[in-house]
Amino acid sequence: MMGSENPGFEEAHLFASREEMENLVLDDPLTTHHPNNNNSYSSFRSANSSISESTHHPLSPPVLSTSADSDPLLSPPVYRNPNASDNNSYIEPPSYADVIFSPFDENSANEINRIDSTSQDTDSSFALSRSSSSSSDYIKITVSNPKKEQETTNSLVPGGNTYYTYLITTRTNIPDFGSSEFSVRRRFRDVVALSDRLAEAYRGYFIPPRPDKNVVESQVMQKQDFVEQRRVALEKYLKRLAGHPVIRLSDELKVFLQVEGRLPLSVSTDVASRMLDGTVVAPHEVVQPAKGGRDLLRLFKELRQSVANDWGGSKPPVVEEDKLFMEKKEWIHDLEQQISNASQQVETLVKAQQDMGETMGELGLAFIKLTKFENEEAMYNSQRVRAADMKCVATAAIKASRFYRELNAQTVKHLDTLHEYLGLMLAVHGAFTDRSSALLTVQTLLSELSTLHSRAEKLEAASSKIFGGDKSRIHKIEELKETIRITEDAKNVAIREYERIKENNKCELERLDKERRVDFLNMLKGFVVNQVGYAEKISDVWAKVAEETSGYAKDS
Amino acid sequence: MEQQSQRSVSGSVQSPRSPSSQPYLCVSVTDPVKLGNGVQAYISYRVITKTNFPEYQGPEKIVIRRYSDFIWLRDRLFEKYKGIFIPPLPEKSAVEKFRFSAEFIEMRRQALDVFVNRIASHNLLQQSEDLRTFLQADEETMERLRSYETGIFKKKPADLMQIFKDVQSKVSDVVLGKEKPVEESNPEYEKLKHYVFELENHLAEAQKHAYRLVKRHRELGQSLSDFGKAAKLLGACEGQALGKAFSDLGAKSEALSVKLQKEAHQLLMNFEEPLKDYVRAVQSIKATMGERANAFRQQCELAETMKLKEINLDKLMLTRSDRVGEAEHEYKELKAASEEATKRFETIVRLMNEEIVRFQEQKTRDMGIAFHEFAKGQARLANSVADAWRSLLPKLEACSFA
Repeated sequence: MMGSENPGFEEAHLFASREEMENLVLDDPLTTHHPNNNNSYSSFRSANSSISESTHHPLSPPVLSTSADSDPLLSPPVYRNPNASDNNSYIEPPSYADVIFSPFDENSANEINRIDSTSQDTDSSFALSRSSSSSSDYIKITVSNPKKEQETTNSLVPGGNTYYTYLITTRTNIPDFGSSEFSVRRRFRDVVALSDRLAEAYRGYFIPPRPDKNVVESQVMQKQDFVEQRRVALEKYLKRLAGHPVIRLSDELKVFLQVEGRLPLSVSTDVASRMLDGTVVAPHEVVQPAKGGRDLLRLFKELRQSVANDWGGSKPPVVEEDKLFMEKKEWIHDLEQQISNASQQVETLVKAQQDMGETMGELGLAFIKLTKFENEEAMYNSQRVRAADMKCVATAAIKASRFYRELNAQTVKHLDTLHEYLGLMLAVHGAFTDRSSALLTVQTLLSELSTLHSRAEKLEAASSKIFGGDKSRIHKIEELKETIRITEDAKNVAIREYERIKENNKCELERLDKERRVDFLNMLKGFVVNQVGYAEKISDVWAKVAEETSGYAKDS
Repeated sequence: MEQQSQRSVSGSVQSPRSPSSQPYLCVSVTDPVKLGNGVQAYISYRVITKTNFPEYQGPEKIVIRRYSDFIWLRDRLFEKYKGIFIPPLPEKSAVEKFRFSAEFIEMRRQALDVFVNRIASHNLLQQSEDLRTFLQADEETMERLRSYETGIFKKKPADLMQIFKDVQSKVSDVVLGKEKPVEESNPEYEKLKHYVFELENHLAEAQKHAYRLVKRHRELGQSLSDFGKAAKLLGACEGQALGKAFSDLGAKSEALSVKLQKEAHQLLMNFEEPLKDYVRAVQSIKATMGERANAFRQQCELAETMKLKEINLDKLMLTRSDRVGEAEHEYKELKAASEEATKRFETIVRLMNEEIVRFQEQKTRDMGIAFHEFAKGQARLANSVADAWRSLLPKLEACSFA
């Protein structure tokens, strides 16, 4: 028992002062980036409300700057290979164990958004399977270098109207882009534009939702923190876009990533409203849903239609007859609730693990102080013996504390998949809404058509009663017939659009199912392997102490 | 804690060969039972004594005692055996609500058992008549004694006390100066005092964190339980192989939650409680130090007074006053009292020196055991966790090939 110079002794010497000890226990890369000095679970809370707000993801701002110089035992990312030193007697860790235990580092040169044949994604920020494609094409996007810029036009106030731009760098081997590496500066407004255009062009798809505007936060937070928060959110968003098999190849995204200069804002193609107004328009332009302003009349008609649908009576000519779809929709809703519930519990679990680590560390600290005290004031040998025992326990407690915190960091990383999918649910909602509104458009047009037809019939009936025909009525009938023809075309276009969206929904649902299964399974595996690994390490630490104090057990 | 009672053989070698030849005194405090109603409800304990001490009534005796009886015993010992660190008692419950919680009752029972056995295994304390009373008297007697506590005690006939008191009131202001406490100027003792006071602070902090650690275990257990439930629900929704994986995960999580609650309890009983006990022991030492200070003061005061009386007596003798006889008598009494006080003080000092050695050794043992149990418990828990999660891995592997 006397002064057992276990390896822990070395560590104990590293923290001579209380401050160092506290740094050891409390200040690590996990917490330094939080303005309110809070733990990883706060990021979960924000991610729960909207995926774009998962700003303070504990590991996502590259934190290497803080961990680089400090005690290697301090920074979680150093723990690399579970096979290396200690124990891991359980099983040969599966191939992804290295992925799981490797540092969470977005700027490492080795990290690329790769789709390989095993569908394992080494992109650390979002370990989801990308697609079923077996080719190894990739798009790697980083957002960096926020810069403050001046609004050049309309500056009535000198020095007023500043905004931030972000450097968006892309590396890819997809030939469509025409280049393998390029960058562009973009402001948030451009991102909003991109998102809007994608929403128009890709109705029915599960389009990842863009980051929130966060107007309130932008005014309340420290500028630097807000800009950093936004940078992270943007990067996540673009990465998700790049991960979508269809959207990654879209023109909109290409332009956004490559073409310098202002992005053209979305043109509001409210032609459907113009057409429903009675103006002649190109039928293909009817496909966009009704928006505000100029679409008022169309909105009104569609609203009337939807009310008619809801309140029954007249059965709409086209119904959502796809029973399978309705069931799927309900199931998705249920799934969303369960994922949400699970992610809330994960939040609590993460907090509990964090607290455990913290308290364990504080206990260790208290014993270290006691050890020092007893040694300094020792008058009897029994005190020295006790001090040695105490130090043994203290070092173990501190080690265990570190392990808990590392475990937690990894837990957050893995179970974050749940959050990502919550965000995806928003995209699913969007796609289903696209479908509903497309259906509504079809129904509205059908009603319109039937109204027009009955009007035409009436006119013809009235006109046929007049011998020789009624010049004005005949003219009206001609006009009406023309309108009917156009409306007929528009209806066909709308139906085609509706069918297209239905098809998109179906494909995306299949993709969601497949990817979700893989992602969730990986999440579970990662979580479990992690728990096992760290539990074994913690067990070893304590087993050693139990061994060293076993003499006391025999006494009693 | 049956082991405690087996350890409590009086100071001599512990060889359990023939119980009749070796003197032993074993006590166990068991069977807490709630008695009484409403506000007056209390817990009673069965105290079983096994002994071959001749002063005792028989080889075995069972009595019923309650917490205030233990307090009585402690107070009596504290008064009688100044200089000895009287074993500490668990605290009165601060919060009404928990007075009858199973955990609190068990913790108290354990602490009371330890208390009595420490007394029974102390070579001086075990001779105490009050201990015999406590272990053997019937309940009515015990109740009578308990309620007389304050009464009889202060009306002690020994006049030495009276003299002390008189002297104090007469002399203190004049000789000693108002409110100036007299203290030993013994550097080693100063060091000890400083040590004891500091130690209490350090221990209290350690105990605080130990208690928090118990709470953390409970919280982690709860969160694992909730997480398990959520995982099961998600599994039910997912269905198929993945759903089964979630369900299995959920089940394991719930099972681990139970283990965590168990470990929390173990931690409370075998780690946090010994630390609390340590703190109490230090507080008991402080009380003894207080007694030592009192004894020292009395010794000083009496010595002073005696000197004064001596001077006065010489004066009277010189003047051949007729009050010499009276003064001589008073002086003789004072001298006896002063010598008595000095003896008391020196006894306390001697006893304390022995006690402090014993205390340090005892604490090293106690903490050693506590550390061992703590480490064992943590290792056991971590192993359970590893085993539980590990058992899921083959199933998860199978899933990915499905």
